[in-house]
Amino acid sequence: MSSEPVVQARGLVKRYGDKTAVDGLDLEVRAGAVTAVLGPNGAGKTTTVETCEGYRRPDAGTVRVLGLDPVADAAALRPRIGVMLQSGGVYSGARAVEMLTHMAKLHAHPLDVGALVDRLGLGGCGRTTYRRLSGGQQQRLALAMAVVGRPELVFLDEPTAGLDPQARRSTWELIRELRADGVSVVLTTHFMDEAEELADDVAVIDAGRVIAQGSPEQLCRGGAENTLRFTGRPGLDLASLLKALPDGTQAAEITTGAYRITGTVDPELLATVTSWCAQNGVMPDGIAVERHTLEDVFLELTGKELRA
Amino acid sequence: MSAGTYTPRPGAAPLPRMIAAQAALETRMLLRNGEQLLLTVIIPALLLVLFSAVDVVDTGAGEPVDFLTPGILALAVMSTAFTGQAIATGFERRYGVLKRLGASPLPRWALMAAKTLAVLVTEVFQVVLLTVIAFALGWSPQGGPLPVLLLLVLGTAAFSGLGLLMAGTLKAEATLAAANLVFLLLLVGGGVVVPLDKFPEAAQSVLGLLPIAALSDGLRDVLQHGAATPWGDLGILAVWAVLGLGAAAKFFRWE
Repeated sequence: MSSEPVVQARGLVKRYGDKTAVDGLDLEVRAGAVTAVLGPNGAGKTTTVETCEGYRRPDAGTVRVLGLDPVADAAALRPRIGVMLQSGGVYSGARAVEMLTHMAKLHAHPLDVGALVDRLGLGGCGRTTYRRLSGGQQQRLALAMAVVGRPELVFLDEPTAGLDPQARRSTWELIRELRADGVSVVLTTHFMDEAEELADDVAVIDAGRVIAQGSPEQLCRGGAENTLRFTGRPGLDLASLLKALPDGTQAAEITTGAYRITGTVDPELLATVTSWCAQNGVMPDGIAVERHTLEDVFLELTGKELRA
Repeated sequence: MSAGTYTPRPGAAPLPRMIAAQAALETRMLLRNGEQLLLTVIIPALLLVLFSAVDVVDTGAGEPVDFLTPGILALAVMSTAFTGQAIATGFERRYGVLKRLGASPLPRWALMAAKTLAVLVTEVFQVVLLTVIAFALGWSPQGGPLPVLLLLVLGTAAFSGLGLLMAGTLKAEATLAAANLVFLLLLVGGGVVVPLDKFPEAAQSVLGLLPIAALSDGLRDVLQHGAATPWGDLGILAVWAVLGLGAAAKFFRWE
C-alpha cells in the first residue's frame, strides 16, 4: 500500500455568493484509514467533501484525490471512488435492488448485489420503490450504492444520520470491514461517538477551517485533563488527600459529599485515592473516571457545543 | 460476507453496457410512472378515438382520422420528448439523481444519450399503438416512411432540447406546472386536433412556427396529402432543435 495521501487539500477556499463555506482548509487523508471530518452543521463538511468528489470547483487552493484533480480528471477519478450523498440520489420510482443492480452495472467488477443487500438488511424491502422506503433504508441503500463498485476510496456524507442505534452499529461494522479490506474511508459526522468509535484520524472543522487534526487519542490527550468522581462522607479533608497526589492535581467537594478530582488520571492516581480513602475509613461510592472526550476537545477549541 | 470482499477492484463498465443499462432503467422509470403514461399513451389514444368518432371539430375534407392521426403522432412525440422528459428530469435533478449519477463512471453525455434512447424507445411504443388504433378507425396513410421518420427524429430533438432546457433551469414544481400548461396550449393551438386555418390569419403565421405545428403540419403533408419531403417544416424543427439543445447545453444545471 502506498504511503501517498489519498486526499490532499491545501488552502481550499469555496464561496457561495458572499458566504465563505470553506476558508483556507488543509486536509490530508491517509490511505487505508478511516478519516472523520467532524464539525457542527454549517462548518463546511459537505462542501469540503463535495469538492473532493468533483462537484465543486475551488475558488482558491488545490485538491488532489488519488493524485488526480477531481474536476479536470473527473473521468479517471469517478470509477475509483464511491460516493454517498447526504440525501437523495435515487429515482423515486426505482426499487431498492433495481437501483443497486443498476449502479453495479456501471462498474467493471462490482460486488455481488444479493450478498450486499443481505449484508445491509435491505432484503425485505428490495421490491419497494425508493419513495416508500424508510429514512434508514434510504440511508443504507445510499451506502450500498457507494461501495458496490469496489472503490479504493469512499466518501460518506453523514452515513448514520437518522439511523436507529442498531442500524448505526451495522453501518459502523461495514465501515470497519471496508477498512480491513484496504478501502480508504472519509466520512463526515457531527456525532462525537461515531468519530471516536470509527476513525483512525479526525479532522475537526469549524467555520470552514480545520482547527485540529489527529487520532482521537491524540486529540483527547492534547493538554487535556481527566476527571475522577466519587461520593462519600461530607467534609473530607481534601488538603491531606492532595498531599498524597502529584502536583497540579485539584480536588473539590462540588456538592455535599460529591467529590471531583482533576488532573492526570492514571492507575497510580486511582490507587492513591482509594488507599487514602481506606486509611480514612471512607467508602468511595460510584467512583468513576471520566475520560476527556472529543466533545470536550471541541468545546475547548471553539467555545461552543457541537450540536448547537 | 468474508474478508477480502471489499478489496478494491475499481473500474468503469464498457461504455455501450453503461448506456444500455441506463437507457433500460430510464425507460422502465418512464413506463412505470402513472402520470407519464396518462400523458404519453392514454391522452393521445383517447383524443384519436374521440375526435375520429365524434365530429367535434371540422377537420376539412376527407376522413377525420386521416387528418387526426398525423397530429396525434406529433402530440405523442411532444408528450414524451418534451412534457414527460421535462417533468421526469426536473424531479431527478431535484432529488439528486443527476448529481449522484454525476459521481458514477457514467459520463454526462452518456447519461443524456441514454435519456434520448429511452425517449425513442417510448416513442416506438406510442407510434405502434397509435398506428394500430388509427388503422382500426380506417386510416389510409399516404407518402413514404423516410420523410416521416425524419420528421419524428427532428421533432424529438427539438422537443428534447426545450424539455431539458426547462428541466435544467426551473424548479421541479415550476417545470411540472409549465410543462403541462405548454402541453395543453400546444395541443389546442398547434394544429394537433384543430386545423391551423381555423385561427385568424395573423395568428396562423406565428402558430405555424411552433415546433408542434411544424411537426403536425409536416406529418400531415406526407401522410394525408402524399407530399415528398416537407422541407419548410423540417427547417423549422431543425432551428428549434439547434436553439433548444444549444440553450440546454449552456444553461442546464445538474443540481
